[in-house]
Formats: sequence, C-alpha cells, structure tokens
Amino acid sequence: MTARSVFDESTPIYIQIMDMIKQRICAGQLSRGEKLPSVRDMAIELRVNPNTVQRAYQELEREEMVFTQRGMGTFVSKDKDKIDAVRKELASRLAQQFVDGMFSLGFAKEQIKHYVETYLENGHTTGPDGKERR
Amino acid sequence: MNSILELEGLKKRYGSIWALNGIDLRVDEGEVLGLLGPNGSGKTTMLKLIAGLARPTDGRILINGQKPGPLSKAHTAMLPDVDHIYRWMTVRQAIDYVSSFYEDFDHDKARRLIELMNIEMDMKVGHLSRGMSERLKLVLTMSRNAELILLDEPLGGIDPTSRDKIVYAIATEYRWEHSAMIIATHLVRDIESLFDKVLFLKSGQIALYGSADELREKYNGSVEDIFKEVFA
Repeated sequence: MTARSVFDESTPIYIQIMDMIKQRICAGQLSRGEKLPSVRDMAIELRVNPNTVQRAYQELEREEMVFTQRGMGTFVSKDKDKIDAVRKELASRLAQQFVDGMFSLGFAKEQIKHYVETYLENGHTTGPDGKERR
Repeated sequence: MNSILELEGLKKRYGSIWALNGIDLRVDEGEVLGLLGPNGSGKTTMLKLIAGLARPTDGRILINGQKPGPLSKAHTAMLPDVDHIYRWMTVRQAIDYVSSFYEDFDHDKARRLIELMNIEMDMKVGHLSRGMSERLKLVLTMSRNAELILLDEPLGGIDPTSRDKIVYAIATEYRWEHSAMIIATHLVRDIESLFDKVLFLKSGQIALYGSADELREKYNGSVEDIFKEVFA
C-alpha cells in the first residue's frame, strides 16, 4: 500500500490526473489504442473520488488524447501526431520550469547551458569552482 | 442524477442555542460530501438529524423521498462518534449482532474489511485499543450496502500512519454507483482527495459550499488551506 494521496492537494486533482495520464502516454507506459483503467479502478488506485477521475477522462477526451467507446471504456488515442504534439508540449513545460528555476537562482543563459551540458555528459553537474555538485 | 438526500431550511435548537440554523442541501447519488467545521459547528447534529437519531426543530429532511423513520433508517448507515458496541462481545459476535438488525449487511464485505484492518476476530471488543475499536466501528458501518452512509470523524483516534488504510478501505468498499456518503471531519488533509463536494459549517450555518476541485482552483489552495481561511 502506498503512502496517502499522491497529489498536491493545492491544485485541482483532476488536472493532476490528466497530467499523470498524459505523461504515461508520452512515456509509452500506455500505448496508442490501449484501454485505460475503469474510472472506479483508477479512483481506488489514486484514492480519489470517481467523479474526479470521470472529469479528468472527459477533459482528456475533449483534448482528443483519449476516446470513449460506449460500453467498452476509455482508450488512448491512436493519433501519433496528436501524442507527439502533447509530448512536445510537456517537454517545453519542463524546460520552462527548469529555466525559470535557474533564472530565479540568478544564473545567466550561458551558465544554464553549461549546467545542462555537464549534467548530460557526466550525470552530475560541476560548479564554476570545479567542485562536483549532486 | 438522482438525489439521495435533500435538506430544506433545517434547524435544530438545544435550549437557547441554535445548533443548526437553516441548512439547504442536496446530495446526489455517487457523491462524497466532506462536512467540515470546527468542534461545535453543528456537524454531528446534522448527521444525527439525517440518521433519524434526533428530531429537527424546523425544516425538512428527505432521504430518497422519505422522511427519516424506520424506512429511511434501513437505508442509512451511520458511523457514530461514540462507542456503541457491547464491550463483552468478541469482534465476531459484534458483527453477528449488528448484522441481525440490517437486511443490507454484507458479510463478505465485513470479512474483507476485517482482514484489511487487521482486526482479530476473537478479541473482546472491550480489549481492543482505541484505534482498533474505531476501525471496527468503521467496518460495521461500511459493511452495510446502504444508500446513504454517514461517517462522523472516521479518522478520530486513528494514528497518522494508519489513516491511509482507512481512506483506502473507504475508497475500495464504497459502492460509488448506488450511494452517497457524507464524511464529517476536522482532519481534512488526510481524506480530502475523496471528496467531490465540500460544505463548511460555521455556527450552524453554511459558510461555504461547492465542488472541491473548483474551490481549489478559486482559492488557489487545498481544502485544508481553505478550511483554515474560513475558520481563522
């Protein structure tokens, strides 16, 4: 049994469920055309109200990330371009969060690039003083 | 959506104190309502009136279209905030005893819940720890396939590490499609993910009511944060 709610309760839970499902789709953990867990099973897994899961599924359907088949359930979209677009959207959101964080720590553009490059090379970053930072 | 519970201008006076002062509310099938407020705000009074354990001073209560009475009681399960089980019984006897009163008691569900909660069947109720006895009360309430489930402080007396188990038990064994549930609590954070609507009660009146996610969006915070703001 996992710890209690996996969510940050300070933002709407249905949006966090949408993001989680989008991530699973983009990461390939849910493949194109795959059936999503039922609203009830998802609600139990996440310890949330089924109405909240229902809302998340509806919004994902509006965004065409999933589709419903009457009596069959909810399925991941088969549209590769659509999924690629959402994947890019998630990527730029991550990039924005990272860059915003670095700017707020007072780093300049070139220094930020340096951090990204060294991290990609070594799996950890080296500060300007040459000491390793984990 | 079918409404399971309707309250109209509900009032309750104890002596010169208005414990509830004009509550209007509708709870639909499938809804989980968080009834939130500090001590003495009227939460328990409201649940007692709905359960038919006390009579309103004024106003109307309808459960599936019925006034509280023998008929509605057969479809309403209440977890009271007091101990109501004979201490000399074993857990097994307590289950048999309570189940004999209710046609909707589901023995399989009781067995699953007893196992999930790690309660020893042959223990005497009087020998259970506070937390275990709270769990047993919850098992007895949740084992009924009732249309309306009323939980008064289900996390009271449960240590923080065990609260997730209670929330999990409620999530798995609640029949979402056929019932409605009201959970009165002041331990908001541990259980707020289960609510879809919340009602903040302040001195017997509704201070705030709405969808949990919409309130999170509007106030830019958790239901617990909003609770602190409303009752500060």
